[in-house]
Amino acid sequence: MSLVIEALSWLLIVAGSAFCVIGGIGLLRLKGFYPRTHAASVIDSAGAGLLLAGMMLQAGWTLACVKLVVIGLLIFFTSPTATHALANAALVRGLSPDPAEESAPSKS
Amino acid sequence: MMWVVASLALLAALGLALARAVGGPTVFDRALAANSIGTLAMLMLAVFGFLTARPEFLDLAILYGLLNVIGTIAVLKFFRYGNLGDPGEHEADR
Repeated sequence: MSLVIEALSWLLIVAGSAFCVIGGIGLLRLKGFYPRTHAASVIDSAGAGLLLAGMMLQAGWTLACVKLVVIGLLIFFTSPTATHALANAALVRGLSPDPAEESAPSKS
Repeated sequence: MMWVVASLALLAALGLALARAVGGPTVFDRALAANSIGTLAMLMLAVFGFLTARPEFLDLAILYGLLNVIGTIAVLKFFRYGNLGDPGEHEADR
């Protein structure tokens, strides 16, 4: 495989895993539920996206690349839906997005 | 070598998400952490498939991704409506 593709895929994979770790750190350190959904979406979008792109370059034009595209599409369509359902459930159950208020559910 | 770096980073991210799942004050933090753990596990499966040069792991990753979404939606429906079945007699919606 040409050196350029090898180096590019290596760069993408390292960047993807770095974003996954950054998302994990954000998940832990951000205060309040709603800021944490941002951190979780960093993992889903940048982390998974770059990592899958790097793996696609590594796999080349094979069946593995098709499977990686399927995984990418799966994450692309299902992750926002799940995060929306999560935030909606939290909002309805009284978890106020207002950081000033106490974050404990006021009415549940 | 590159795959080892990626899998170690993913393991670290999994540990952080697990810490949030354990320490999450509200139940929605735990559901959020479970969702992130699912995505990270999917990526971990794919990277491990490349690490051991066995493409079957990509099928596992697709399957796990599908199951993860269904699980998250089921948990959310339970917390959103108080139960999984019919709305029942007690007030479920706002």
